[in-house]
Amino acid sequence: MDFTQNYFEIFGLPVDFSVDRGLLSARYLELQKHLHPDNFIGSTDQEKRLSMQWSTLVNTAHITLRDPLKCAIYMLQLHQIDIAENPSLPADFLKAQIALREELEAIENNPTGIEKLGTFKSSVDSVMKSLQTDFVTALNDDPQAAAEVVYKLQFIHKLRLAADHLEEKLLGY
Amino acid sequence: MALLQITEPGKAVDPQLRKRAAGIDLGTTNSLIASVCAGVAKTLPDQNGDYMLPSAVRYLADTLIVGAEAQQSAAEDPLNTILSVKRMMGRGIDDLSRFGNRLPYEFVPSDAGMPRIRTVSGDWSPVNVSAEILKTLVARATETLSGDLDGVVITVPAYFDDAQRQATRDAARLAGVEVLRLLNEPTAAAIAYGLDSGEEGVIAVYDLGGGTFDISLLRLQKGVLEVLATGGNSALGGDDFDQVLAEWLIDASGYTKQLSHAQLRAVLMQARSIKEQLSSNSEVDIDIIERKFSYQGSITRDTFNQLIEPLVEESIKACRRAVRDAGLALTDISNLVLVGGSTRVPCVVSEVEAFFGISALDGIDPDRVVAIGAAIQANILVGNRADDEMLLLDVLPLSLGLETVGGLAEKVIPRNTAIPAAKTQEFTTYAEGQTAMLIHVVQGERELVEDCRSLARFELTGIPPMTAGAARIEVLFQVDADGLLSVSARELSTGTNASVLVKPSYGLSDNEITGMLKASFDYAAEDAAQRSLTEARVEAGRVIEALSNALDADGEALLKANDIKLLRDAIQTLERLISGTDYKAINEGTERLGMASEDFAGLRMDLAIRRALAGRRIGEVDQDFEQDSNKSRYR
Repeated sequence: MDFTQNYFEIFGLPVDFSVDRGLLSARYLELQKHLHPDNFIGSTDQEKRLSMQWSTLVNTAHITLRDPLKCAIYMLQLHQIDIAENPSLPADFLKAQIALREELEAIENNPTGIEKLGTFKSSVDSVMKSLQTDFVTALNDDPQAAAEVVYKLQFIHKLRLAADHLEEKLLGY
Repeated sequence: MALLQITEPGKAVDPQLRKRAAGIDLGTTNSLIASVCAGVAKTLPDQNGDYMLPSAVRYLADTLIVGAEAQQSAAEDPLNTILSVKRMMGRGIDDLSRFGNRLPYEFVPSDAGMPRIRTVSGDWSPVNVSAEILKTLVARATETLSGDLDGVVITVPAYFDDAQRQATRDAARLAGVEVLRLLNEPTAAAIAYGLDSGEEGVIAVYDLGGGTFDISLLRLQKGVLEVLATGGNSALGGDDFDQVLAEWLIDASGYTKQLSHAQLRAVLMQARSIKEQLSSNSEVDIDIIERKFSYQGSITRDTFNQLIEPLVEESIKACRRAVRDAGLALTDISNLVLVGGSTRVPCVVSEVEAFFGISALDGIDPDRVVAIGAAIQANILVGNRADDEMLLLDVLPLSLGLETVGGLAEKVIPRNTAIPAAKTQEFTTYAEGQTAMLIHVVQGERELVEDCRSLARFELTGIPPMTAGAARIEVLFQVDADGLLSVSARELSTGTNASVLVKPSYGLSDNEITGMLKASFDYAAEDAAQRSLTEARVEAGRVIEALSNALDADGEALLKANDIKLLRDAIQTLERLISGTDYKAINEGTERLGMASEDFAGLRMDLAIRRALAGRRIGEVDQDFEQDSNKSRYR
């Protein structure tokens, strides 16, 4: 075992976007139980350093795999594709995004907005789900097309965060 | 050696090999020390039977007093009696003036950003003051346990930022005590309760102390206590209750002149006493006469509740946010633990229980629960562990960010990320032939740098001169298991390591701490060479013990006979050096032994990983895994 393993290999999981969350969580806890620096307080400096590096890597891998967007970006990297900072996206997708943003703004200015927000969030979630399916399909055949799906996912993800922030605001957090 | 020093179930650690460890609750108002004795964690009392040490230090011309006696002199000698020093740890002079102009001390600005407090015996930083409290507690434990401590766990509020944590570690260094780990106070409380009940579920720990408020949500499952989210306010606590009550008293008295330091201190102490009485009485009579300031009257609990309502609401807001951050619903939370003296205020208890919809656990004194949890953790970390050990997984309490163009803070590691954590970020040069670069690290959630806490400025030098934008500097931000940040950098295209010079915004530099150590009384009394020799022997002994244990446990499974012999011989060589008096030779020997064990350390780490993934218990070595480590056996 070495530091060049990919994140899936670290947890002994297949390289697959549909991560088994239960297994990931169980193996994460088990690995940290053995590797965490708390286990090496009385050890040599060499073991302390390795433990810190491994424990850090396991944390990073866990954070990446349990989050679908992070996991998708990581899987592209495994296909040697880096995410562009300012990707260009099809006009109809951007138009749909603008419409969704306007819908969210309308909810903010509506006195009964909080009720509508729930429906809005679940429609965003279903778009996210279908994009995730597109990603899995595209990744094996055409990684470049998969990258485009990830750019769309990033948009939807930001929209979802904006909806969460609005919810916090409307609920008075 | 955690992985290896596992005794057979039912067998206790040999009393001769037991190490002395203690947990320290370094509190704003009171501090405690606890230790596990005969399997039970207990707070250790002083000679008078008091287990709480008031966190008060009084400086006299040529000596100092710590504890109750110091606290009593606060009103008569306010400038030389330092109370609530925890609120000043890792803070700049601007932060301190924001607490209101009412801190009754004379501050002296210093280069390091952390101000000094002027006293009759000189100017002292909050780190010095905390170190005195630590020394007093450690001396108490050394006496009770009949020997020097091998290590301590010190608790800090979960919401403490990097500067405040570093200041706490620095205080321990000044006090000459080995810190095994900084532990978040709420986590300590959960450990105290968690190990008792052996339950599984989500625990909310509401911790309202004298000066700080923390909320933590932790999940206990399969022997791992995982911090899901923390939140709070590092400047909210019972002292604020005293403050609003004192302000009410001053308003009600009609006294219009500026109060003197002594008067103010006296009114604050009266306010605290009234607050405490209101916990058991619905109305309290007041009769204060303090050097021309006087007030006679009464206050009801309802009036007091109204005064503190905005403060309690502030804490409930933080709870709501933490539940959301953890991705939980209120109904997921199965246990509520209250910590800190301020949770004795009835209106606090009722509002918090109402918010979570459950009753708080009790059974452990809220004043002692943090120290007890810290003692349990210290006992585990030092190696005296029971069969049923527990691992703690903590998170970064506040986001770490970098200053970017326009004074904006760009988040590098978001809050509530599991630690240890690391992140690399690439930078490039702006000018032709640029060889240095300044990186400003901040901590906090706000978008503007000026609204975050400035942690440090890192100056990278030694960048090879190139055309603008050609250099690729990779900066690694590493947060360790204590939540402390370190930074390293290298230039990628040439592989040059850039050196990093740290200027902590509010901390003490290494040189300053060394200077303080040298200036201390105990240091002057001791021969510097003797001290170096003792330190070298302790370190060498630690490495020998660690490696011997590792060889006993895994040597035969992982190494060839010849390699084992080489390491054993190297251990013997170092043992011979220890019996000599050349500390430099000992230090070199320790380093050589460490390097010789490098490969073995790597093999042991691999073994730990295989055991973890195979779900095996420690000690069951499966030789099959040694041979075919590449098959996809885990699927």
